[in-house]
Amino acid sequence: MDYLGYLLIFFGAMAFLVSAVGLVRMPDVYTRMHVGTKTTTIGTLLVIFGIIFIEPSWAMKLILLAIFIFLTNPLSSSVVARAAHKDGAVLENDAFKEVSK
Amino acid sequence: MLLMLSMLITMYRFLKGPTLSDRVVAFDVMSIMGVSLLILLAVYFQRSLYLDIALVFGLIGFLGSTIFGRYIEKGV
Repeated sequence: MDYLGYLLIFFGAMAFLVSAVGLVRMPDVYTRMHVGTKTTTIGTLLVIFGIIFIEPSWAMKLILLAIFIFLTNPLSSSVVARAAHKDGAVLENDAFKEVSK
Repeated sequence: MLLMLSMLITMYRFLKGPTLSDRVVAFDVMSIMGVSLLILLAVYFQRSLYLDIALVFGLIGFLGSTIFGRYIEKGV
């Protein structure tokens, strides 16, 4: 049971690493936000479920934390995306602009 | 250890980021990574007290990025 937990934590940490590398390599704000929010959500959920396998007595607090992160992470990402759009951030290689030109 | 590496790479984007929005996104990602790091520390030191700290830190990080979004949008 412990080894399954360690495996899940390892996959969660790999998701965080993918998130960080994508955050450096992506070209504009929206793609950075895309890579930043989805991979961190799945990484945190994987780490939390791995720790539930390791320490089953802490399950209530961990499940509360998982629900909280699952609800608030897309919300804050959406708020920041709307703010960046109002601020005038542009897409690199805007496909719609290329078509309508 | 892998998580620390990820936080360092995110810190690079946080310091370098061309616009303010990039920095806010990097801050959001770093706060969630901090929550995971606190949970891992709770297992490492066998203290369930750290879980409460992780919960409050997640709440504060969410409030922080939301308020930064409001600041970018309305300039208040």
